[in-house]
Amino acid sequence: MNRFDYVRAGTVEEAVQAVASGANARFIAGGTNLVDLMKYNVERPGRLVDITRLPLDRIEERDGALRIGALATNAAVAYDERVKDRYPVLSSAILAGATGQLRNAATTGGNLLQRTRCYYFYDEGTPCNKRLPGSGCGAIGGVNRIHAIFGTSDKCIATHPSDMCVALAALEATVRVTGPSGERTIPLAEFHRLPGDEPERDTTLSADEIVLSVDLPAEGFAGHYTYLKLRDRLSYAFALVSVAAVMELDGQTIKAARFALGGVAHKPWRNPEAEGLLLGKPATRETFAAAADRVVSEATPHSENGFKVELARRAIVRALEQAAAGTPQSQTDKRIA
Amino acid sequence: MLIESGSPIAADTKVEIGLTINGEARRLQVAPWTTLLDLLREQLDLTGTKKGCDHGQCGACTVLVNGTRVNSCLALAVMKDGAEITTVEGLAKLSGGNGLHPLQEAFVEHDAFQCGYCTPGQLCSAAGVLAEGHARTRDEIREAMSGNICRCGAYTNIVDAIEDVIQSGAQG
Repeated sequence: MNRFDYVRAGTVEEAVQAVASGANARFIAGGTNLVDLMKYNVERPGRLVDITRLPLDRIEERDGALRIGALATNAAVAYDERVKDRYPVLSSAILAGATGQLRNAATTGGNLLQRTRCYYFYDEGTPCNKRLPGSGCGAIGGVNRIHAIFGTSDKCIATHPSDMCVALAALEATVRVTGPSGERTIPLAEFHRLPGDEPERDTTLSADEIVLSVDLPAEGFAGHYTYLKLRDRLSYAFALVSVAAVMELDGQTIKAARFALGGVAHKPWRNPEAEGLLLGKPATRETFAAAADRVVSEATPHSENGFKVELARRAIVRALEQAAAGTPQSQTDKRIA
Repeated sequence: MLIESGSPIAADTKVEIGLTINGEARRLQVAPWTTLLDLLREQLDLTGTKKGCDHGQCGACTVLVNGTRVNSCLALAVMKDGAEITTVEGLAKLSGGNGLHPLQEAFVEHDAFQCGYCTPGQLCSAAGVLAEGHARTRDEIREAMSGNICRCGAYTNIVDAIEDVIQSGAQG
């Protein structure tokens, strides 16, 4: 691990100032991703600004919805009674990720900002445009079984690894941030970005901005939801494909429906056109298949991840069936309902 | 050097922090890049906590920080200033009795280890699972313990041991 200055921030203002005035400075909270990346020399911050003392760990009621502080741990959010009751897709997605120990340390803000788990990103000895811009992409034409099939560029085919963010995308949460130019709110869909020509930028957050909270909308779709995660082993593995689906039904007619995919793109992947195909239609396998077909028609698989296209198509259909039936995927009994 | 909020501490400076480790309050000098795991093992000779992968993947380094289980390899010691740490060396004391912690008794009873390298992490993680109170069934125990690898493959007996303690109502 490289040597770094350490600053403990007592206030948000102090934290923002300490990051702005330090060379290659980073905020640190749970540390579960950043410390790991520092051990691999992928991250070499000149300064760490410890934000764990800031009063940002609350989960609060706000206008009939919930505001989740950036420092609320993944465990605190997943087991919060209000989240479990009103936003169960979020609780389920968080519990599908990582381990008990990691969820106790990792924070909401850190989960949003975690880096890809692309092998080439982690391996200093290989090219990676995200780690070292201009060095090339080892995954294109390389070992890319776990990589993206949507929204890739010729610079980067990495995926965003979060489960939590996939649920937040389906819920249409917003992210409240602040920095030297003041506070602003970013819709979740615009928080993460596609790699394009700048794969080193994961998000639209500036380096000197800090996440304050994730704000959930009032509608949590507690009646019809699922988080279906498909992976190489049944626990503690990143998604090959995951689907967060939420729905509102009027009898058997779909009144509202959204779904987001994880493990397939540089950000939680949504397709509004495909979601539009569900509206006003009967909640049947045929309806769901039409939406799934629309999504995967835009897939651009690489040499080793073609299987993800069919996997994604089937996962979307199954997730929408689970949501419609009110039988969400269990995160402890791993049999797929 | 003492930490002052907002004041940068230069990279080559050791800082003074306070930790209560297994019930004993201690003042310690640490470099900012020292992980809690390295502090315990290298500076304090508390070698019960094991270094397995050093990347948060194996769970051998699991300790309780303020009663919550975390991977000590991914925690910077300086950031835990003021915390209460329980390692496997302090687990028995945590249960209040004179003997072993109920989980330690159960691990012996159920032969829940072979080489023993992962055992301190398994025990601290299981103590965390009991405190969290979300695991009741075998499936739930297995899922809750998925952050602790046992390369000998003693999983079945580890689940038996933890299930036994949960069913007995002992909370440690």
